[in-house]
Amino acid sequence: MSSDLRDLYQEMILDHGKRPRNFRALAKANRRAEGYNPLCGDRETVYLEVEGDRVVDAAFEGAGCAISTASASMMTEALKGKSREEAETLFEKFRDLITGETKAAAGGPPLGKLEVFSGVREYPVRIKCATLPWHTMRSALHGDAAVISTEDGAEASPKDEPRPTTPPAKVC
Amino acid sequence: MSSVRAVRPTPSTAPPAPSFDVQRIRRDFPILSQKVHGMPLVYLDNAATTQKPISVIEAERDLYERFYANIHRGVHWLSVESTEAYERVRETVRCLLHAAEAREIVFTRGTTEAINLVAATYGRTHVGAGDEVLITALEHHSNIVPWQMLCEEKGAKLKVAPIDLRGELILEELERLLSDRTKIVAVSHVSNALGTVNPIGEIVRLAHAKGIPVLVDGAQAAPHLEVDVQALDCDFYAISGHKIYGPTGVGVLYGKAQLLDAMPPYQGGGDMISSVTFEKTTYNVLPYKFEAGTPNIAGGIGLKAAIDYVHGIGLSQIRRHEEGLLALATEKVGAISGVRLIGTAREKAAVLSFTVEGVHPHDVGTVLDRQGVAVRTGHHCAQPVMDFFKVPATARASFAFYNTPEEVEALVAGLHEVKRMFA
Repeated sequence: MSSDLRDLYQEMILDHGKRPRNFRALAKANRRAEGYNPLCGDRETVYLEVEGDRVVDAAFEGAGCAISTASASMMTEALKGKSREEAETLFEKFRDLITGETKAAAGGPPLGKLEVFSGVREYPVRIKCATLPWHTMRSALHGDAAVISTEDGAEASPKDEPRPTTPPAKVC
Repeated sequence: MSSVRAVRPTPSTAPPAPSFDVQRIRRDFPILSQKVHGMPLVYLDNAATTQKPISVIEAERDLYERFYANIHRGVHWLSVESTEAYERVRETVRCLLHAAEAREIVFTRGTTEAINLVAATYGRTHVGAGDEVLITALEHHSNIVPWQMLCEEKGAKLKVAPIDLRGELILEELERLLSDRTKIVAVSHVSNALGTVNPIGEIVRLAHAKGIPVLVDGAQAAPHLEVDVQALDCDFYAISGHKIYGPTGVGVLYGKAQLLDAMPPYQGGGDMISSVTFEKTTYNVLPYKFEAGTPNIAGGIGLKAAIDYVHGIGLSQIRRHEEGLLALATEKVGAISGVRLIGTAREKAAVLSFTVEGVHPHDVGTVLDRQGVAVRTGHHCAQPVMDFFKVPATARASFAFYNTPEEVEALVAGLHEVKRMFA
């Protein structure tokens, strides 16, 4: 495999794509939201169990590509035990990581393992695959009922990310 | 009619074509020598859009450099030249579709607009509350949504003729669904998602037996098959320029003259009128009645060059070459363990849709792309087809006459790489 493809499909991403963690309906969930990418037909449901200000458990279900499945899997791991504000900060840092922007405020929890998604930045058409679980999670956290679509102009959609037409940086 | 038919470039009457030399043909398409991610481009997304030969690119350039002006307007030399060139496009399209008369050829933005035109004019006039519009389970969204909108507006019902597991239309079911309330049948000639070739002649015969007109979405057929609207006896036929090696933004609606004549105009504006006063407007004759505003002149000029190019090779040669590629790809890709071919109709055109077990089509597409192989992944604007086969999406390789057996091998090698990576 070419080395730049390996930047996208890091071992950890392949592993979570094949064997997603927290891949189930969460019986005790008190927040949930559905995410949908009409361009590829991917659907996923994110479940959160929130106690007071804290996410005590997180899980997801659905069908998606390796990138979106791994992203959802690692997101649910990262969220457990985080406060709402910390979850929001992680969302912003993750978005910055893969869009190359610097909108997130300094401080808060580090991205840690989620840094493996940095290679997605070089694949503009795949950015929405990685961000869909996070937008869906945010919607669940805010208690929005509607299905989150990657193509909506809604607040929670990744509208501020580069359009898929942006040429990949590494085209020779 | 016989004089019209005499100019048809049918395989039986055309002089023997020079032998098919794919490498020589490839040199006519500048983009095919492009490298992608350092790899030679293997372009297998021809059902989405086709690449352009140099003659198409040059034709548009030539227009703008030598004789461009608005058409049907001025008395000056440029306008006359442009108008004559544009009307020659209409004649070339008539020839491509084997229509009886050039006035049956209406220029549109593409297949989508052609179908919307019929839904908005013929549809609005003839479909009422409780009536039915019959489509098939193979349709592209562009041959579903305009009819859905019409049915919603009129309180009519959209009926869908089903397909079987091979992706073939179940003709008996279609016949059963033709009722006294059916006002129009709209069906694709070739399925964009699966490549199935529908038996249009038979469908038209069944519908006409009940007095129902048939619209054919020919976007995927015209680049691959010899289309004869008179032999098919269909009432409307829609194509897109960009799918047949021409520019984007230009397409064609063929309609039988007597139907077009009786239909109300689609859009109002310049060129579609004979005379205008504030009290009354008299509409222009066919086909101008349906061509409001300045059209895509350069697109039309490019389309003529594209059709001339296709005729220069010959559709029978094209068909033979593409059938070879499809057979090879079906055999080689189908032999890879874990690959499921979606759509295995007995008669198919140049499309191979498939899934790889355990790997999402988007991941297949990304890995292939890094090897220079361009395929489409997703639902191909045919979500009901995906739902029928219970897959969210497929990967789709679609071939053109400029593709080679070596490119099929590149696809196969790429898929082995996909499997290694996600094993």
